[in-house]
Amino acid sequence: MASRPQLAPVLRRLGRAPAHLRRPAALQQSVSLPTRCFSSSRPRFFQRTAVVAKSTNFTTETYPDIKRDSRFAQLTPEHVDYFRGLLGSESAVIDGVTKHEAADDIEPFNSDWMGKYRGRCQLVLKPGSTDEVSKILKYCNDNMLAVVPQGGNTGLVGGSVPVFDEIVVNMGRMNRIIDFDEVSGTLVADAGCILESADQFLASKGYIFPLDLAAKGSCHIGGNLATNAGGLRLLRYGSLHGTVLGIEAVLADGTVVDDLCKLRKNNTGYDLKQLFIGAEGTIGIITKVSILCPQRPQAQNVAFFGLESFEQVQLAFRAAKGQLSEILSAFELMDEGSQALVRQVTKNPSPLEGRYPFYCLIETSGSNADHDGEKLQSFLEDVMEKGIVADGTLAQDETQVKSLWAWREDITESLSHLGGTYKYDVSIPLKEMYQLVEDTRARVDAAGLLGDSDEFPVRAVVGYGHMGDANLHLNVATRRFDERVEKVLEPFIYEWIAERQGSISAEHGLGLMKKKYIGYSRNPTMIGLMKNIKNTFDPKGILNPYKYL
Amino acid sequence: MSALRILVPIKRVIDYAVKPRINKTQTGVETVGVNHSTNPFDDLSIEESVQIREKKRAPGGVEDICVFSAGPPKAQDNLRNALAIGADRAIHVALKEGEDLEPLSVAKMLKLVTEQQKSNLVILGKQSIDDDSNQTGQMLAGLLGWPQATQACGIEFGAGDMVSVTREVDGGVETVRAKLPLIITTDLRLNKPRYANLPSIMKAKKKPMEKKTLADYGITSERRLKVLKVTGPEARQGGGKVEDVDGMISKLKELGAI
Ligand SMILES: Cc1cc2nc3c(=O)[nH]c(=O)nc-3n(C[C@H](O)[C@H](O)[C@H](O)COP(=O)(O)OP(=O)(O)OC[C@H]3O[C@@H](n4cnc5c(N)ncnc54)[C@H](O)[C@@H]3O)c2cc1C
Repeated sequence: MASRPQLAPVLRRLGRAPAHLRRPAALQQSVSLPTRCFSSSRPRFFQRTAVVAKSTNFTTETYPDIKRDSRFAQLTPEHVDYFRGLLGSESAVIDGVTKHEAADDIEPFNSDWMGKYRGRCQLVLKPGSTDEVSKILKYCNDNMLAVVPQGGNTGLVGGSVPVFDEIVVNMGRMNRIIDFDEVSGTLVADAGCILESADQFLASKGYIFPLDLAAKGSCHIGGNLATNAGGLRLLRYGSLHGTVLGIEAVLADGTVVDDLCKLRKNNTGYDLKQLFIGAEGTIGIITKVSILCPQRPQAQNVAFFGLESFEQVQLAFRAAKGQLSEILSAFELMDEGSQALVRQVTKNPSPLEGRYPFYCLIETSGSNADHDGEKLQSFLEDVMEKGIVADGTLAQDETQVKSLWAWREDITESLSHLGGTYKYDVSIPLKEMYQLVEDTRARVDAAGLLGDSDEFPVRAVVGYGHMGDANLHLNVATRRFDERVEKVLEPFIYEWIAERQGSISAEHGLGLMKKKYIGYSRNPTMIGLMKNIKNTFDPKGILNPYKYL
Repeated sequence: MSALRILVPIKRVIDYAVKPRINKTQTGVETVGVNHSTNPFDDLSIEESVQIREKKRAPGGVEDICVFSAGPPKAQDNLRNALAIGADRAIHVALKEGEDLEPLSVAKMLKLVTEQQKSNLVILGKQSIDDDSNQTGQMLAGLLGWPQATQACGIEFGAGDMVSVTREVDGGVETVRAKLPLIITTDLRLNKPRYANLPSIMKAKKKPMEKKTLADYGITSERRLKVLKVTGPEARQGGGKVEDVDGMISKLKELGAI
């Protein structure tokens, strides 16, 4: 099974990868066990319909005001020769500069997961070691060649694909586990390790990766650090700024920054590794990661319930914190709109009989399933009796745990099956969190863009997210591209958030999508300091240009 | 038509999402510290019984749904869950942790239970996924002298106590008909088990659960079969290794596969 995650990219390339869905994958796993063949009757939920890439417009067409920076050199066959000589292996260089037939092979590296951004890159490099990354960057820096660092290419803000002809440096070949300390739980691994593979390795040792997200079957741990991904269990394990102990990275000029510390405490000078976390590949390429992993919980319980109002969601959240405090590991919110779309795409029967405006998923992690189960059940009875929760269910076994989680985790993927989605990943004080969805929906509706039939470009305005972290995903699901939609949404949403001192990007980052809007969440002094940092680490600006700042 | 009194025997087994490991002594599968759940085929039996009642499928109605399990103390959780789905009452026969019954012992016990409970329909899973014996339903039918319809994927009730059962057979389906009293064993496509909702989980706590022992039925857990050795499937022969996705694609091209 260990090799399954690595297969994800190739499946995707063939245009049919449900690569991000661990639920069906996990069910599939049991198919291979001879005595458990009955699970084969469970259908796979998703078939990715077609390669989105070909139909996607080039980013340069969608955003004609972005101009190629003329300081950057054009790629020549001589450049390609250099990289070929450097990397040796045939598979490490995908060359579209001299070989036109390579265009199909390059396409997946040019297009983002959402099928929203598409670059015109001609060359993909896949280094196998830090030394190779260093030599690649030094050469690019010396020759003014722009570079896009790329992990699993699951980023949601257009940061992981080129805009023009930047070279893609894909980290997929650097995927070794280097060291694991079974006493402290410190994992040292290459940046290109797929999150799920790293977690499976840790599972065999009784540990867990302190981050989990629906894209785990494809995303890299280096990419997770680069985006400072938050994910499903931030509530429990905290942010990567706390769990990452050390980083090895290569700067634009090829300098290797060895800060691969394995210590929990190290107050000697500025904590530079923190800058790479969330830098989205703009100041260096992360090559190795050292991270503190917690003990894997022996018991996980999951409950799913329906609520009548957002007021009640908040009451439930407070009650959960109060009664489940030390075992609460996730508190996720989903509105009926988002669940309706998952039902429509997966055709799964919903876990609750009735329909409610809101649903929450609670997960507890602890060391004793019975003990936690009792706690969770008495919590549920309490919120039920007080009328906070309208209906709910408790997973009775592992399979139900997984299928309940799927209702949360399949949202992103389900939406992507129905057409393009405008995604806003925001943080707003809890009290007003859902108001943003309602206000946006009203605005899109008032503009005459929202409706059930084909004449309306917008299918639905939905909200879901990590309630526990006050992090809302506002998604506007469209039937087709229509420029009126974006005009109605932006800058309206950003202004709405700025008025409440919220963040316009809670966990997905800035990338290309939000570069213009950073001012809504950061003041000019902060932005000025950030630019200084960028210039110090990457004076020629070859790393991930046109994005971030 | 007679009102139905349905008996649903269920078994607590290793959760099917858990990969089974063979124990050190090679006498069986490791069960300690492993998640357990209701045998998935039994989930289907419970769901079907409740649906027969809810959808009023039997002309005579459903008078009683009784779930039964012989298992460790934790099997009561599985019985409670069945009560939450909609069974009326439960009988738990306490086994010691690790104690296991052979299908014949189970069938003998079920014969007594069926008689005592005046059941006229017993719906069992076609097999339990731990030992895959696929025998209990058939043995029970033999002991009772009742007709049996195994591997059901559809059940319909007609006039005069007639029941039609569609079963999955190689290459298609077969429909059989028999009169109550009857034994039915369930197969995967019979229905889709539901989630127990909170109000019913709470209500289920108040439903009756009778506690019994093997001695109450005059059964012992003696074994007629001896397990000599349990071994895993042979490890797959390792294939060649390619360096990455592109390596694989060129390899596939080389082999003429794509
Ligand atoms: C279904 C789905 C669910 C998601 N759920 C969540 C979620 O719950 N929480 C959350 O925070 N995010 C979520 N995301 C987005 C998230 O940012 C990414 O999934 C993930 O963290 C990115 O990893 P990646 O390896 O795919 O990086 P990419 O997409 O390849 O890259 C992302 C950015 O990081 C840079 N980068 C990548 N690798 C490196 C490196 N080694 N060194 C330097 N820079 C690098 C790239 O240049 C780019 O700017 C989700 C995405 C999907 C598709």
